[in-house]
Amino acid sequence: MINLLIALVIILAILVVAKVIRVFELSTELKGDNPAEITAADNKTQATIFVIAVLSWLAFVVYGVVAWGPLMLPESASVHGDDIDKLMNLTWWIISPMFFLCHLLLAYFGYKYYYRKENTATFFAHSTKLELIWTTVPTIVLTSLIVYGLSVWNEVTSLEPDDSIEIELYAKQFDWTARYAGSDNVLGKSGYRLITSENPLGVSMEDAASSDDKIVRGELHLPVGKSVVFKFHSRDVLHSAYMPHFRLQMNCVPGMTTQFHMVPKTTTKEMREITGNPEFNYLLLCNKICGAAHYNMQMDIIVESEEDYAAWLADKKTFADSMVPTEETVPVVVAEVSVEGDAAANVEGNTQVEKKEAPASH
Amino acid sequence: MSDHAEHAEHAHHHHGKPDFWTHYVFSQDHKMISKQFLITAIIMGFVGMGLSMLFRLQLGWPGESFKVLELLLGDWAKDGVLDPNMYLALVTIHGTILVFMVLTGGLTGTFANLLIPLQIGARDMASGFLNMLSYWFFLASSVIMVASLFIETGPASAGWTVYPPLSALPEAIPGSGLGMTLWLVSIALFIVSSLLGGLNYIVTIVNLRTKGMSMGRLPLTMWAILITAILGVLSFPVLLSAALLLIFDRSFGTSFYLSDIFIGGQALEHTGGSPILYEHLFWFLGHPEVYIILLPALGISSEIISTNARKPIFGYKAMVGSMLAIAFLSFIVWGHHMFLTGMNPFLGSVFTFTTLLVAIPSAVKVFNYLTTLWKGNIVYTPAMLFAIGLVSTFVTGGLTGIILGDSALDINVHDTYFVVAHFHIVMGASAIFGMFAGVYHWFPKMFGKMMNKKLGYAHFWLTVISVYGVFFPMHFIGLAGVPRRYYSNEAFPLFESLQDINVSISLFALLGSVAQFMFAFNFFYSIFRGTKASKNPWRSNALEWTTEINPGHGNWEGPIPTVYRWAYDYSKPGAQEDFIPQNVPLQPGEEEFH
Repeated sequence: MINLLIALVIILAILVVAKVIRVFELSTELKGDNPAEITAADNKTQATIFVIAVLSWLAFVVYGVVAWGPLMLPESASVHGDDIDKLMNLTWWIISPMFFLCHLLLAYFGYKYYYRKENTATFFAHSTKLELIWTTVPTIVLTSLIVYGLSVWNEVTSLEPDDSIEIELYAKQFDWTARYAGSDNVLGKSGYRLITSENPLGVSMEDAASSDDKIVRGELHLPVGKSVVFKFHSRDVLHSAYMPHFRLQMNCVPGMTTQFHMVPKTTTKEMREITGNPEFNYLLLCNKICGAAHYNMQMDIIVESEEDYAAWLADKKTFADSMVPTEETVPVVVAEVSVEGDAAANVEGNTQVEKKEAPASH
Repeated sequence: MSDHAEHAEHAHHHHGKPDFWTHYVFSQDHKMISKQFLITAIIMGFVGMGLSMLFRLQLGWPGESFKVLELLLGDWAKDGVLDPNMYLALVTIHGTILVFMVLTGGLTGTFANLLIPLQIGARDMASGFLNMLSYWFFLASSVIMVASLFIETGPASAGWTVYPPLSALPEAIPGSGLGMTLWLVSIALFIVSSLLGGLNYIVTIVNLRTKGMSMGRLPLTMWAILITAILGVLSFPVLLSAALLLIFDRSFGTSFYLSDIFIGGQALEHTGGSPILYEHLFWFLGHPEVYIILLPALGISSEIISTNARKPIFGYKAMVGSMLAIAFLSFIVWGHHMFLTGMNPFLGSVFTFTTLLVAIPSAVKVFNYLTTLWKGNIVYTPAMLFAIGLVSTFVTGGLTGIILGDSALDINVHDTYFVVAHFHIVMGASAIFGMFAGVYHWFPKMFGKMMNKKLGYAHFWLTVISVYGVFFPMHFIGLAGVPRRYYSNEAFPLFESLQDINVSISLFALLGSVAQFMFAFNFFYSIFRGTKASKNPWRSNALEWTTEINPGHGNWEGPIPTVYRWAYDYSKPGAQEDFIPQNVPLQPGEEEFH
């Protein structure tokens, strides 16, 4: 009933507007004006609004930078991130003046040259010199940007140093699991056909290198100042491992291993001081649409001193010791996110099926 | 005389009376087909916009209960709270409808059909029948896409790019069931429509130009549409193959895109495929698609800016050349969507190089627009405002492309709100501004009536305010590290401070959508009640304004006019008026410019 009333009111409102416009049009027609013809007054009014609008737009941009700038990511927490940030700043310094220049010209021309009957536009259709200028100048600027950008890219994607710590990150709907190599510093083989609920990464029990591997959920710990190479896996759909504070992102692709290496340079403790936020934690987010709880597929990252890191890792059970993942295996997502409907049933369904199947696989 | 009349009478009978069905529905007249495309696109535009309003409610006020959501979505918004799966579905269908149905089918379908025969001087398109089929495939595709909103498992929900395995496995997300099948069917039909239309556009522009209409005298709209059609014909088949292989993987157990998957408690049998293959195929269309959307808008704005600045377009040849350069480059930049897929970093370098080159022809275009305005005599029609608005959005959005196209910088902004801001401004807003400019400008040609200018002005200002109000702050959300396609940021204390920005974005979005109702009202009201148009209301040079006010099937009652000059002789020294239409012969001693 209420909906019907709302619909009626809307229809009435439209009819009233239509009538008002009609009356308005008829009255302007009586005055001898055409409601479609652009008059001298129109050109002046619109040109005035135009110049005010462009200036307000530029003011809004400045306001945004001032008001929201402090909400942006803090300084990079990784070594390569500094290079990326430098390139980013340089790029901003190139494109911002272009942005302001083009808009100021638009506003100036838009107002200065609005239509006056007594004026005539200049018949100026071509100038090789001008066109040459604005082809070559952007070419030079962009070539330098390309060269600089590619040098950073080559640095970032170069091979990791030999003494890097290798950590595997496994993505699935909707959580992350990490695997650290144990004392032998070698990760054992794994495969998706070996997955059970007790062995969610499908680590091969036959590979001797597996036995001292450590499987960790909930929190990812990294030592400061050491090169870390991540190997990414996914067992279901595409995911993307995004660690914004470290300027690191790489897709996790089923059927393929991808990698990214970095040197974390700021510990969590230091970053808490820098940001003035005692609750601050580095984040690992999923950044490739992966399903209902995509928005909550996260893991905290703790960067700490090498000693603390070693102590933390030593405390974890080895894969051989326990076929069950460590204590931190709190159901990360499903419980927290009250996902209603099919997907929740689906996710729960998955785990149930896994549990049922577990005995059979022994 | 009577013999002639008798003959005409006979011919009339022979073809059958142009009744309602042949005139309005199964029409083969390019002008009617253009109106069909436009009105379908307006309806689809409102559907797409409506979907974005629903998810903006959730993003502005996450978890809050909205009666309207429950009313419209039923079980997908129990107690008025949007379901996360439905959120993804809304985002997916919003993107699909806007990219394909509105800005590809709607924009090109409307203006290619309306303008090609009228601007090159032809009676109709090369094949009226293919043209009619092109519309009907488009309509079927649109209907199926909308219908998929109403099925039990929900519409496709894997994002508008529908990457497998998410789009291939109903176990992964409910939308990948029947919803995804309908999406694929709809897109396959859309591609057929696009190819039929595109081939027709190319053949018509190349073959049916009137006497004197050399390629160098074509209006820039024609160049833009020709280049767009070539892009579409070369790239859409690749999307069709991508979609077909996905259909095989989904329905016939093949493994083009799938491998090593454990889901629903079991390991799947698929081995050897790669989702990366799909991404390559998708973006081989996907990037040219960006220009398929943008180029017609750039062509339209060139025409409108020159006409209303009462000044020749600056650097005609450079404008054509830059469009050709952009079109060529668009085929070798697709990898910039895939820098982080694990693609060889060297390949990433190549794509960075080609991508940043696009900025050069784009810069040329922007400066040429600005120079066209310089020392002009600018008439502020609503169409002109939208065309200048396009220059602004093209600059604003284009510049951030220099960040996203740089692989090293892309690492941290890839798939964040920064991308959402970038492409909505440079592609979405620019193209929709071009489309609005076109509608306001050519409405008198389509319907013989004028649109109300005051509503047009209000529509422009509210739209441009809401476009920047919505999309400019998104750059900051992206730079703060917030991924796109997140149902809510509530799980992250770090993102809490950004929630106020999200509220204001949603409010601006609401304002923007209200403004679009002003447009719809003005459009439909003016069709029936608008003031009668004069023959050449904008005092334009192009050939379409030499027809009768309401041209019949065949466009010109007498012979097709001959063309003697380019379309941009505005304010030419020595001329009486500030415009000289293309069909006016050169005066003795007058030099043809270009």
